[in-house]
Amino acid sequence: MEVAPRPGETAPALQQTLRFLTCGSVDDGKSTLIGRLLYEANTLLEDQLATLERESRRLGSRAGELDFALLVDGLEAEREQGITIDVAYRFFATPRRRFIVADTPGHEQYTRNMVTGASTADLAVILVDARKGVLTQTRRHAYLARLLGIGAAVLAVNKMDLVGFSRATFERIRADFAAFGARIGLADISAIPVVATEGDNVCQRSARMSWYEGPPLLRLLEDAPLPDVAAAAPLRLPVQWVNRPHADFRGFAGQIARGTARPGDAVRILPGGRESRIARILGPDGELDLAVAPQSVTLTLASEVDVGRGDLIVAAESPAQVASQFEATLVWLHEEPLLQGRTYLMKLGTRTVAATVAPLKHKINVNTLEQLPAERLELNDVGVCELELDRAIAFEPYAVSRALGGFILIDRLSNGTVGAGLINFALRRSENVHWQALDVDRQLRARQKGQRACVLWLTGLSGAGKSTIANLVEKALAAQGRHTYLLDGDNVRHGLNKDLGFTAQDRVENIRRIAEVSRLMVDAGLIVLVSFISPFRSERRMARALFAPGEFFEVFVDTPLAEAERRDVKGLYRKARRGELKNFTGIDSPYEAPEAAEMRIDTTQLSAAAAAQQIVAFLEAHKVTLPP
Amino acid sequence: MPHARSGDQQRVVGLSHLERLEAESLHILREVLAECERPVLLYSVGKDSAVLLHLALKAFAPAALPFPLLHIDTTWKFRAMYAFRDAVVRRHRLSLLVHVNQDGLARGISPISHGSQLHTDVMKTVALRQALDAHGFDAAFGGARRDEEQSRAKERVVSLRSPQHRWDPRQQRPELWALYNARHRPGETVRVFPLSNWTELDVWEYILRERIEVPELYFAAPRPVVERDGMLIMVDDERLPLRPGEVPQRRRVRFRTLGCYPLTGAIESEADTVPAIIREMLASRSSERRGRAIDHDGAASMERKKQEGYF
Repeated sequence: MEVAPRPGETAPALQQTLRFLTCGSVDDGKSTLIGRLLYEANTLLEDQLATLERESRRLGSRAGELDFALLVDGLEAEREQGITIDVAYRFFATPRRRFIVADTPGHEQYTRNMVTGASTADLAVILVDARKGVLTQTRRHAYLARLLGIGAAVLAVNKMDLVGFSRATFERIRADFAAFGARIGLADISAIPVVATEGDNVCQRSARMSWYEGPPLLRLLEDAPLPDVAAAAPLRLPVQWVNRPHADFRGFAGQIARGTARPGDAVRILPGGRESRIARILGPDGELDLAVAPQSVTLTLASEVDVGRGDLIVAAESPAQVASQFEATLVWLHEEPLLQGRTYLMKLGTRTVAATVAPLKHKINVNTLEQLPAERLELNDVGVCELELDRAIAFEPYAVSRALGGFILIDRLSNGTVGAGLINFALRRSENVHWQALDVDRQLRARQKGQRACVLWLTGLSGAGKSTIANLVEKALAAQGRHTYLLDGDNVRHGLNKDLGFTAQDRVENIRRIAEVSRLMVDAGLIVLVSFISPFRSERRMARALFAPGEFFEVFVDTPLAEAERRDVKGLYRKARRGELKNFTGIDSPYEAPEAAEMRIDTTQLSAAAAAQQIVAFLEAHKVTLPP
Repeated sequence: MPHARSGDQQRVVGLSHLERLEAESLHILREVLAECERPVLLYSVGKDSAVLLHLALKAFAPAALPFPLLHIDTTWKFRAMYAFRDAVVRRHRLSLLVHVNQDGLARGISPISHGSQLHTDVMKTVALRQALDAHGFDAAFGGARRDEEQSRAKERVVSLRSPQHRWDPRQQRPELWALYNARHRPGETVRVFPLSNWTELDVWEYILRERIEVPELYFAAPRPVVERDGMLIMVDDERLPLRPGEVPQRRRVRFRTLGCYPLTGAIESEADTVPAIIREMLASRSSERRGRAIDHDGAASMERKKQEGYF
């Protein structure tokens, strides 16, 4: 890559930036090494040095000598505890190149922050304490770095002074790590013995380890190959925003993920598949006759086509794949575990869709690389799953493009980023199984019955009165000549769901099946009454998402726990209190009350019969039951 | 600027360092506009704000800037900053909101009588929270950079704030690749830092390259200053009480950062053009935040201020 500097820009060599991260086990000296690099690369300024001297005396771990770790551990909690909690980004330059370094935490509990740093890095500097050798966390970080697409690593064997600068120790650790590297496909490894606190082999060759003949760390970083700018690839432009300042201009803004664009190029808009040509390209400085990744541009097209945020503009002759089911590798980033069957928001490029994990194939023991059967992923777990989206999206496998194959999973309630994923490949299954369009549809079937098909979803604690009320509603509807069906929690568990228990993931699957059965019944034109505890909001939301607006009515049968427990019709609460029933809702498993149910029945105020009457009236008011 | 060489269609020249930074910043600005309801650009009149505004104008061109500017005015900025701000707003036909903490003003809070810590808290941090709440903004762009300070180096590009505007450094959302998650619940807001990966040098080189106007205070000129607590403080108006024995002297000085004038130290300098500033910076051995009183108010002061809602 050659760049001619423009006025105001520095020398051509400085146009290049290497992004790397430091990782490895806790206390291996990652922050110290970076601090040392910053110090030796003359990045530190006088007042920063003065602050460092002051703080080294106050907080430092080196008996008053400069503690370089304090330069990067910027959070109070980090400085007090002498550990790194969150990823820090630091910038420095040598006469040869610029660097952005992500200093990432070594503690296993902060692995998610290490993954964050790895997602944008080109190279990993993996530290090992020479006294301890390759540890679990070393392997874990090496594996995660490789997983996130980092192909080159520097193994920095630190604290060599504490093993008497032993070449044999260094060689043993190098061989250990190389063996693990080979198993995870990390072939490009340079090993280097260092003393981060003293600077040996950091910027200068160390006189104390003359047996090491390779370059010092900084030289390795200066010479490491830079990532391909992907300019030769076919065009991929995720549309961020439609720019419509006036009727004569309709531009599609986005950052080019791969490839180049020129006016006149034939493009296809995915996932829809319509084609057009690029008319104009607006770059940051005006009209362009060539745009290249990773430029942020605004395109206009030669013809009126419907393009919106989340669409992918691609080279027409070489489009990206489109699919709605994938195999993906997930790294779980949140304390609340990933459950099979639960629906999350998935953001890939500029597209956000709903994605359901079904099924989880296995998780990976990062130390042994063993595949283990799993029903959930806990914080920091890595697993492989199948993902089912609510609509098709355009993508590339992660191995081809980080930008179009990497995604995050977002919790729909908290909006937090709970998982990171890499698309491995699309499942062809989704292309082969098409929904069969039938001539007789639900409207026709429902009209024959003088009703509008819908689901009435009764949720509430065990013993709240759901089944009693549902039974009365069904009787009243039957008396009107309506066609109904009542799905009752207990009854369904005798048959369809008898393989499921009461763990959190089984409850999710239980609800998923009921929701799908209800959907088929609504399709059959029925008024479906569902009487299920269904304790989790996210599953009720998943059920609701299967239906059209106005087809799903959530009814919260609201009975306080104390009252349900007092009634205890089936004696279950007594059993649960005695510890004979595990995962009992309200006792040792949570019930998440609805926040926006269509109806709330307060059973402390209303008898079952009165509640049923109210529901029947509600159905009339919502034109579910049409006058005969 | 990339271009294909004649006769060799496949060899495309890559982007320069500044062009890559620019592309990333435009991407961030557009993502947040697309995902949030009511963004606002926090404009503090300094060089970082100037670059941020320049990038925002580019990100949405040819459309007009799709959100207003918000200036949290402590009433103690340099006079030249107010003049510059109003000129910029007129030139680009921007919508500018100015917010002063009226309660603080009524209580007579000033950097001189109450010290930098209380003044900053009341007139900047509290004022910002008031303004965000009053207008219902759910996303605020700021010009902070990770190279400025250690706790900044830890912050996400898109950083969630609680309904009380607090930052929880231990519960930051993982931010992978260029996937920014700006989703938030009602009442929560996000602070967004499109210049996260820029350095001070990048900012000046970009100002030079793009010919961006910045306040004259950045350029060396003879100015009346007093030496106080190791800093050169400019006597910008009559509100600065002179201590016994203090006589303003005209010295050739400039400012590396701009804030409230009684809290902002000048440096002696001959640099009166952008290239001269860049040369001076490359040779300099002190950081830009040295001239800021508020950063010296105790270790980890920035982190605490940020937790409370400071930018």
